Amino acid sequence: MAIASTLSRQGRPELVSSTPQLSLSGVSKYFGTSGFVALDGITMDIPQGQFFVIVGPSGCGKTTLLRILAGLDTQSSGTVAVNRTDEKRPVNSMIFQGDSLFPWMTVFDNAAYGLRMRRVPEAQVSDTVHTWLERIGLWRFRDRYPNQLSGGMRQRVSIVRAFANDPEILFMDEPFSALDEQNKLLLHEELLRIWEATKKTVVFITHSVDEAVTLGDRIMIMTANPGRAKAVLEVPFPRPRNVLELRQKPSYGDLVFHIWEQLREEVQRARQNAEGEKV
Amino acid sequence: MSAEVKGRDRVVGVVTPIVLLGLWELAAQFGLLDARFFPPPSAIVHQFATLVASGELGANVIASLKRLALGMLLGGVPALFLGLAMGISRPLRAAIDPLISATYPIPKSAILPLVLLIFGLGEMSKVVMVALGAFYPIIINTVVGVANIDKIYLDVGHNYRASRWQVFRTIALPGALPSIMAGVKLAVGMGLILIAISEMVAANDGIGYMIWNAWQVLTVDTMYVGLLVIAVLGFLFSIVLDEIEHRLIPWKRRA
Repeated sequence: MAIASTLSRQGRPELVSSTPQLSLSGVSKYFGTSGFVALDGITMDIPQGQFFVIVGPSGCGKTTLLRILAGLDTQSSGTVAVNRTDEKRPVNSMIFQGDSLFPWMTVFDNAAYGLRMRRVPEAQVSDTVHTWLERIGLWRFRDRYPNQLSGGMRQRVSIVRAFANDPEILFMDEPFSALDEQNKLLLHEELLRIWEATKKTVVFITHSVDEAVTLGDRIMIMTANPGRAKAVLEVPFPRPRNVLELRQKPSYGDLVFHIWEQLREEVQRARQNAEGEKV
Repeated sequence: MSAEVKGRDRVVGVVTPIVLLGLWELAAQFGLLDARFFPPPSAIVHQFATLVASGELGANVIASLKRLALGMLLGGVPALFLGLAMGISRPLRAAIDPLISATYPIPKSAILPLVLLIFGLGEMSKVVMVALGAFYPIIINTVVGVANIDKIYLDVGHNYRASRWQVFRTIALPGALPSIMAGVKLAVGMGLILIAISEMVAANDGIGYMIWNAWQVLTVDTMYVGLLVIAVLGFLFSIVLDEIEHRLIPWKRRA
């Protein structure tokens, strides 16, 4: 792992605080009696304020892992420790894959959902949602319903819904996978812009290597069947990042290529396993 | 579709019944139709005016509407709450679903004698009949509406730490609303049928009574007026319900 170690030396050590925000130890998940191992002993510390990306082929259990971290699912064994810095703020908010905005609520009400569920005074809800919708350029669409918005706008609203709730940790489950390339690029830029202003701990799941390298501080590559952590890489690029400039750099291409090589082995192995099972 | 074509469709839709009514009128006047069974529309309109002027029609319509409204409330409100609770709670659904499936296919009109036996000939028996008719479509559609809510919305509710009541208020109810409205429309249609039937058998006023009484004394014109009034009521209800749906479910409107 020569490249990984050089990269970590170039990384940003100041981000690695003493107590990690999230601490996973031997997290495993088995399904039913078939003995299918979705996750096999994932051990990982995620420091506070880090943009942590998990990249892996489909079926590697990365969504299951995220759901376990968010408390929407339970692990079969292992522990997840969350170190909170502020008891008053919510622990986590999730940005889901695909359409998760409530169709029966306006943009404003969707964005205000988390705050209202924890009974924040309405004046404060109004202020916060206003600020966030302004920041992402959707304030004038506040009275629209989701079916009156484009896919990119809808996903921006779900980003606002999560950020406005002001959680300690943001979980993102392939939030941009349904968008076209142009929209994806714009949303990467916007996400980086607002994340860099708040510096929340992020766990971001994707199958796109470009997305992982563009956004992340650290990348975990996962294997499929069983889902294991194959490698962890530091991303050396400084912030604030400009998405287009970043993608022109040779070092960007090198890192993407390096991750791809590791993933390709995984995808091929998973395919061979699947074919072997069929025979 | 162009505005021109739409306009033409509308004109055709209005012209067809007018032409048919004209033909009916002529056929009855010239003896091609037996006016004892098919009195000319002019005679029906005349009878309509007479019944309105005497206050008889108004009193009958109000009697029927009152029973219909009370019955809808008596059957619809419990159906709504029980349906929402069943949609959320799996054990409750398992307990009550078989009862509903077993009793739903019984024709409501067949229960009328039993209802008369239990509730007597007073107002309550008619109200209960409407309630029975309203209960089933509303509870069935409500359960289906809640059960079909996309699981991702419940995940969102869970992730944002919504309480049970908050999930109910912000997700289950609005998510099931389109299906509930469909149930209410069916319920109103069923209520109209049942109010007419039960008033024919056991009432001294109401539209159903008016039609049945007209048959007994052979005032065929009045019978037609009764049919016309029921048809118009059904039509008005569907307009009102569409408007309510439009306001209650604004997110179903297109951009």
